[in-house]
Amino acid sequence: MTRLALRLASLAAPLIAALAAPAPALAQEAVEHFGAPDAPRRIILRTTTDIAILAPTVRAFLAARPGLGLVYEQWGSNDLYTLTQRDCASGTPQADIVISSGVHQLVKLVNDRCAASWTSLETEALPPSLRWRDQIWGVSREPAVMVYNRDLVPPDEVPRTRFDLLDLLRPEGSRYGGRVATYDIETSGLGFLFAFMDAQEATTFGALMEAFARSGAVATCCSAEIIAGVADGDYLIAYNVLGSYAAQAATANPALGIVAPDDYTLVLARAAILPGDRTNSDAGAFLDFILSAEGRRTMTASHLTDPLDDADPDPGAESAIGQRRLIPLGPPLLVITDKMKSDRFLTRWRQAFSR
Amino acid sequence: MPDPAANAPTLSLTARLVIGLTGLLLVGGVALSFAAFSYGKAAAREAYDRLLVGAAQDIAASISVVDGAPVVDLPVSAFELLALAEDDRIAYQLRGPGGQVLTGYDGLPLPPPGTSDTLLYDADFLGEPARFIRIIRRFAERQFSGQVEVIVGQTMRARTELAVDIIRNALGGLVIGGLAMLTFAVIVVRRALRPLDRFAARLAARDPQDLTAIDADLPREVHAMVEAINGFMDRLNRQFSTMKSLISDTAHQLRTPVAALRAQADLAADEEDAAHRAEIVARIHRGTVRLSRLLDQMLSRALVIHRGDAVRRERLDLRDIALDIFETGDHRDVAPDAEVRLEVGETPVPVLADALSLSEAAKNLLWNALAHGVPPITVGAERAGDSARLYIRDAGSGPPPVVRERLGARFSTGEDGSTRGTGLGLSIAAAVAEAFGGRLEMGQDPNGFCVSIILPAGTSA
Repeated sequence: MTRLALRLASLAAPLIAALAAPAPALAQEAVEHFGAPDAPRRIILRTTTDIAILAPTVRAFLAARPGLGLVYEQWGSNDLYTLTQRDCASGTPQADIVISSGVHQLVKLVNDRCAASWTSLETEALPPSLRWRDQIWGVSREPAVMVYNRDLVPPDEVPRTRFDLLDLLRPEGSRYGGRVATYDIETSGLGFLFAFMDAQEATTFGALMEAFARSGAVATCCSAEIIAGVADGDYLIAYNVLGSYAAQAATANPALGIVAPDDYTLVLARAAILPGDRTNSDAGAFLDFILSAEGRRTMTASHLTDPLDDADPDPGAESAIGQRRLIPLGPPLLVITDKMKSDRFLTRWRQAFSR
Repeated sequence: MPDPAANAPTLSLTARLVIGLTGLLLVGGVALSFAAFSYGKAAAREAYDRLLVGAAQDIAASISVVDGAPVVDLPVSAFELLALAEDDRIAYQLRGPGGQVLTGYDGLPLPPPGTSDTLLYDADFLGEPARFIRIIRRFAERQFSGQVEVIVGQTMRARTELAVDIIRNALGGLVIGGLAMLTFAVIVVRRALRPLDRFAARLAARDPQDLTAIDADLPREVHAMVEAINGFMDRLNRQFSTMKSLISDTAHQLRTPVAALRAQADLAADEEDAAHRAEIVARIHRGTVRLSRLLDQMLSRALVIHRGDAVRRERLDLRDIALDIFETGDHRDVAPDAEVRLEVGETPVPVLADALSLSEAAKNLLWNALAHGVPPITVGAERAGDSARLYIRDAGSGPPPVVRERLGARFSTGEDGSTRGTGLGLSIAAAVAEAFGGRLEMGQDPNGFCVSIILPAGTSA
């Protein structure tokens, strides 16, 4: 409890600072140049995705285009949103393509007329729910999963559904108390999105939030940190972790178990936009490559897409597929970006976690 | 050499009708396109305005007062409703009592001033044309009293698309319907004009000698044309037969007198007695005089019949004809001793006829009277009600009834077989009377025997 409070306090300080300062300094997390350093053309990619995960895809893209270089900037989702908004307001977009897991933020940018249009065979092949106005496209399929430590959670206690998780947290003095982690939705755009979609999706979320609060669950930042916490045994279970990161980590550390909840599994399609009025055709080509079969293969290798999600839904096949809830890219996501709405949601969240 | 272009057929009726109908359809099409255009726009506007109204009401309903301030819990359903217009951006704003923005987009265009709680208006949203709605929700609570304005807007892509769709469908139907109508029109016109083609074919296939009336099943509209053609052919036919009979009559009539003359001439050649020969010569002379009169009459009959058909009728006064005959004084050559009188009144006797034909007919009647009647002979004209009458009267009792019945037929001479008449005079008069719609009448009256040409009276000039 104290730990959480401390964490919140430490998080609130920069947040308050950010709100006070007119143009807060935004810090990119990492940057890397791909392709020949002297390439005559280059595009700037800004994304929330870790460089290591998307790098193979970028390399495959550039392999066939010797004259092209790519600057890969990695940003946090909220910073990326603020930065792109600022670029849009000033009319000088810095990035050629933006890919973010904070899809609601990108939908808002499209609604604010900050994105250019692009149509190709690849974009047209996307289902309508993953494409809006030909200005935003869902490029990945990443489930929100529960990650647990195989060494510390006995097989019969592994939660298959949210109800199982609730049951684990219910007993007074449960050993899972204080050892279940999830995103801090105040700092993680993705965490906010998942929490909000959970709230839309089922009433379970109210009960879950209450259970988290009562058992002293930990709200923390960043997929990598959470997964590392589970691997180290600090946390036994992490809820609503992005499946791509979990799968990546699980290949390195067999102690990590992954569960896609059976009641329903949210599936996030990371969204891409081409900021500005005019499309940089190289950026469009990169988008087409990501959506093409070849790009998809490299992304699947990085666990960014799941071949299962692309398969035609077959009622006779695995039932889990039927429980996948793809987050559609469209104007309803604007609700999440509404200040009053998010303030209320955050207030409820804070009330739950500060008890 | 006639100009070939002058006789070339002008544009076909089918082409005229098709051009006319195409014009009609084009004008109608343009009018209907305008109608479809405004209807399509109105329909699309109405359809999507309902979404706006629904969403705005949904949002307004979600406003509540918390701690003395209006708070909105933006409903996802409102946005899902608006998302039915798939590719349109959404603008929204909530304004508190002082006009301060509670949430949503800053700087949205405000509605035109109006008192209505629900107001729809067009404005731009971030540089793109959009449609907005403003609705007002009023609160009167202990903690908060005032109004909250909800402004929701949406760009127009879906509206435009729907409007274009409606218009395109309407125009597509219009084009298909127009083409179908044109096709039907061509078929109908061709069917309607088929009798004309048949008529032309029949006319072309006709023997040039065939001058009988054309008998074709023809629509009323072209019937008049066929009547005219038939009338024309009828006249042609009559003239043709007149000519034929003239030739045959001439040959027939001339044979006997010429043979007689030849016989007399032979006789004269062989005659040695001078007194006898002089008598024969005198006979020859009488014969030639008669022959020449016969020829005159035959020619005048042909002339009269020809003119009756061919010459335009003019307005005449029968008194002039009577005067003319009287004054010419031909009769004085024929019968210098007979007394001839003129009998005309003060009132005109107008008819529509041909002066030459009429005088020719009257002269023949006069000669007849001079030859067969008893002087004095009267030439007169008068009007009797609807008819006009030109008459020749002598003081005698006329021919006996047996002869009268035959009178007027060609070459029937008086019962005595005398050589003074050729029998053509009455026939000419009768033909003239008929040619101008009248008749020849003979009768006894207190003053003698009278032959009249009775014609329908024309209007006086």
